[in-house]
Amino acid sequence: MNLMGLFRSPQNELEKGGKEAEDAGIRNSCPRCGVLLPLSEQQENMNVCTACGHHFRINPRERVSYIADEDTFRELDGDMMSRDLLGFPGYDQKLRNAKLASREKEGVACGTAQVEGTPCALFVMDPNFMMGSMGTVVGEKITRLFELATEQSLPVVGFTVSGGARMQEGILSLMQMAKTSAAVKRHSDAGNFYLTVLTDPTTGGVTASFAMEGDVIMAEPGATIGFAGARVIEQTIRKKLPQGFQTAEFLLEHGFVDLIVPRAEQKRAIARLLRVHSGKPLPAACPPEAGEEERA
Amino acid sequence: MSAYEKVLLARAKDRPTGLAYIQNIFTDFIELHGDRRFGDDPAVVGGLAALGGMPVTVIAIEKGADTKERLRRNFGMPNPEGYRKALRLMKQAEKFRRPVVCFVDTSGAYCGLGAEERGQAQAIAENITGMMALRTPVISILVGEGGSGGALALAVADQVWILENAVYSVISPEGCASILWKDPKRVKDAAGCLRLTAQDMEELGVVERVIPEGEKDFAAAYQEIRTALSDSLPQLLALPPESLLASRYARFRAF
Ligand SMILES: [Zn+2]
Repeated sequence: MNLMGLFRSPQNELEKGGKEAEDAGIRNSCPRCGVLLPLSEQQENMNVCTACGHHFRINPRERVSYIADEDTFRELDGDMMSRDLLGFPGYDQKLRNAKLASREKEGVACGTAQVEGTPCALFVMDPNFMMGSMGTVVGEKITRLFELATEQSLPVVGFTVSGGARMQEGILSLMQMAKTSAAVKRHSDAGNFYLTVLTDPTTGGVTASFAMEGDVIMAEPGATIGFAGARVIEQTIRKKLPQGFQTAEFLLEHGFVDLIVPRAEQKRAIARLLRVHSGKPLPAACPPEAGEEERA
Repeated sequence: MSAYEKVLLARAKDRPTGLAYIQNIFTDFIELHGDRRFGDDPAVVGGLAALGGMPVTVIAIEKGADTKERLRRNFGMPNPEGYRKALRLMKQAEKFRRPVVCFVDTSGAYCGLGAEERGQAQAIAENITGMMALRTPVISILVGEGGSGGALALAVADQVWILENAVYSVISPEGCASILWKDPKRVKDAAGCLRLTAQDMEELGVVERVIPEGEKDFAAAYQEIRTALSDSLPQLLALPPESLLASRYARFRAF
């Protein structure tokens, strides 16, 4: 695993020759530090900026490839698609555009997988599908996943990214918060483990339901996490928000996140947490791996 | 009446607020304060009351009846400690096997700095799962505005009722118009599209009962609620907790 690339000093060749390097499609500019990254370098580094460590938003397929053991992901309900239940103007078109933009059929991918050999149920939300907004299909897929996981006594690992409820489905989207939470609760009451990984951005109704209901809540560095949107808060309190408000680090400081784990270390961290909760004896304690910091 | 006119009615300043329902439907109200963690949120009122001979835990979001009260009650926009107080009182009701009645009237959970610092989202999520698992009957009544997650946090119930001119929505029509169409002036269109009236709720299966509002005052509505609660709560109380929980799960699973 390439951990070193994450934090190396921001001195690559692109910072010097930034101007002529602006060729979209081949290079991406980092929204945080502005450095121009060749796409290949970005992808090799799990879509994390090699200069500043910024975690780019990624689609569910990439996410699955980083977390699940090779060829272990079995997708469930992959053909389920939303309909315009309320006759909301423009929703059909929005759905078509979202499918084109994301190349997915809905805003969450669900399935079973193994992580370093431990089986789990896995859901991954999609920032490219209407910003992971939760409508009835997203709610249904997640609910079914929890019901399956309860039946099979599987732990659930869930990656959240969401702008909130899908307003084109009106009150029915609000009901998804209750529906998903009900399934999470049953899964939990049966003694199963649920790990949420909050990624950028996790807000609104998703934060106020299954994102915050994990036994362990992990977050990606720098992710925006909150209930209300920053703009709404600024309008409400008529003040600028302090720097770093509603970031993963802010939530950690305030006690709402258990741990922040960079993308390159997530698979190992998730695998360890799954093993601890697997009910099987843990392998004998081994000395710290090379490269891991010494704990005196 | 248009959907937007209903929104305006639901928000009308002369409409009874949460406390009025408690005072006019129940007797012997004893208010209980505080979430035992951080503070006491004046936007959420809760405590013990009697309905005929039956002890009940009552919880209401309170907007405030006059300007001074509205300021003190933060216009009925709860902070996390309001939701946590509500859940504390519900768990207390569960312990003593009292039914819970919630009156919901809020434009939404408060969008403030402190609210975020103290975990508004976590508080709402905890109420949703907490109410889903509560081993005692819960009936929630939407009496004015039912604003999104901040309303749902007190409306995960065995039965949800709504006043004839109350509304329930995932987002305010203003928010919807400005986010979706970047045009706050289209608020009336948004109100129509969102399907947020009591009649919509009945059609979409979100509520079990619509309470008619009288022509002149709310006396008839109070009476109707009192009668309906006196009828429904003993029936729900008679159910074993397991079947109560199974029906509650099925109720929300259906969406
Ligand atoms: Zn960067």
